[in-house]
Amino acid sequence: MTRLAVPKTYKLYIGGAFPRSESGRTYEIVSAKGAFLANASKASRKDARDAVVAARGAFGGWSGATAYNRGQVLYRVAEILEGRRAQFVAEIVDAEGVSTAVATAQVDAAIDRWVWYAGWADKYAQVAGNANPVAGPYFNISVPEPTGVVAIIAPQDSSLLGLVSAVAPALVAGNTVVVVASERLPLSAISLSEVLATSDVPKGVVNVLTGSPAEIAPWLASHQDVNALDLVGAGALDWVDLQIAAADTLKRVLTPENGSDAAAPTLGRITAFVETKTVWHTKGLI
Amino acid sequence: MTGTQIVPGERAIALLGGEANDANLRRYLHGIPGVDAVGLEQRAAGLGTRSIKTTSKAWALDRIIGLIDLTTLEGADTPGKVRSLVAKAVTPDPADPGCPRVAAVCVYGDMVGHAVQALGSAHGDPDQGRIAVAAVATAFPSGRASRSIKLEDTADAVAAGADEIDMVIDRGAFLAGRYGQVYDEIIAVKEACRRADGTYAHLKIILETGELNTYDNVRRASWLGILAGGDFIKTSTGKVAPAATLPVTLLMLEVVRDWYRLSGDKVGVKPAGGIRTSKDAIKYLVTVAETVGEEWLTPHLFRFGASSLLNDVLMQRQKMTTGHYSGPDYVTID
Repeated sequence: MTRLAVPKTYKLYIGGAFPRSESGRTYEIVSAKGAFLANASKASRKDARDAVVAARGAFGGWSGATAYNRGQVLYRVAEILEGRRAQFVAEIVDAEGVSTAVATAQVDAAIDRWVWYAGWADKYAQVAGNANPVAGPYFNISVPEPTGVVAIIAPQDSSLLGLVSAVAPALVAGNTVVVVASERLPLSAISLSEVLATSDVPKGVVNVLTGSPAEIAPWLASHQDVNALDLVGAGALDWVDLQIAAADTLKRVLTPENGSDAAAPTLGRITAFVETKTVWHTKGLI
Repeated sequence: MTGTQIVPGERAIALLGGEANDANLRRYLHGIPGVDAVGLEQRAAGLGTRSIKTTSKAWALDRIIGLIDLTTLEGADTPGKVRSLVAKAVTPDPADPGCPRVAAVCVYGDMVGHAVQALGSAHGDPDQGRIAVAAVATAFPSGRASRSIKLEDTADAVAAGADEIDMVIDRGAFLAGRYGQVYDEIIAVKEACRRADGTYAHLKIILETGELNTYDNVRRASWLGILAGGDFIKTSTGKVAPAATLPVTLLMLEVVRDWYRLSGDKVGVKPAGGIRTSKDAIKYLVTVAETVGEEWLTPHLFRFGASSLLNDVLMQRQKMTTGHYSGPDYVTID
């Protein structure tokens, strides 16, 4: 008996929900061989605006959670990713036109990277922070604190690994994220959103937009409620202009990276989105 | 602001053709046709779909600011909080001197003196670009106090310099069908709004539609408020959910329209509570313009009772001016 396949509607991920684009637009996603795969939502500037509002709303809770708790939540994302490896492998094989072995390697690398970053959640402050010696009866302590809402243009040539490499480090420190997925390979990003939605990540902490980075990025770069901009996947855009727009509101900006080791895992990607706060505290009378 | 100079009770006697007692009021109010709830909600939803963009939106945002009663009604209010509210009312957006002022500040009765003092020369008639002081009175928000206390509360606020009094009706009496009692109380409060020079403070009558349960009751309460001489009818205290909704406001506007056709009197409407975004506020503007007409979009005939709405309107205004999305860091923390 023949059966009609039930195709999946890929929507955006904003504030823990999966809305269609406010603009009602979609665009076709085709496989490496040119076959139709799915319609993805084409996000507009208003979707980006809504995503920033959701991210801002989630910032207090996520940054206020203990580092240990954030680490556990991120580990759980990796656990659920592990259980859905087959789905991601199949999606990547279709979208990128690679062999199952290559796709599996990408998914495994993405899961491992997520675990690697999750481990840093309650450890990076020990490396990036310091107890400063001062000439007086004070403790002088520098601690890294999350910077706020981070807008990310994900690497454009990778379905899953690039996205994970850009999103995970921003989350570790307690930032919330608005990420514009790869324009050509956005389906894994929405499947990752389903993983996030069913794990313990609070709604709004990660918001995923699909569509044209060239259209959305300028709105995020100039948005006055976005605190940092990761242009790792914006190499093909007019990213100098994005930097200039971001400078108006003193955003932290990471510049584009190209090549297969783009957004390689480093502590620097975590500390790029933190602000160091130094406090003085009197020593007790012992 | 002087308020309408009608003699309390005048409206009802003309319409009822007799004394405004329980029996006559009941006969009249229950003779009003029932509300088509489905039609009302559909009409309100339809009015909410209008697309207001570019120059129309810029006009609407400025007009919304000019119609806001900037409100603080918390148990934790202090003279300092009222002063900062007034500062915001006078200069909503310090970065843009072209930003209009709000219509009024709305505070508890004991804060009226502080508000008047903080306003200084900016205190006056919103139709002339100044800012009025509105005070809630009559045991706001529940209205559960004896009449003498309510009248004292009102007279006290008027004596302290309040231009407008927001009174709550006795919902218990209204729901029990004691319309005469509600009516008499409004008349008495109106009388307590009289100043030494014989003018009256503007009287806004809060129906608290969230407690009236049915659209029919809202329509009856609106008529009752108008007949008793209210200058404004106001949806809610903001302390009860649901507060202002578009269908309820539409219904009240329809009563105001009918009253205008009947008598030529213009009565104001004030939705209050729950209007937090510019988008929602613009829907209300559309509803007013389509129901009673654009001439109602002035401070003496339409107000928004709101506090957080102003910040959202200011952010939208900044977006329209700069071309970039603004954020909560660029407006005050209320």
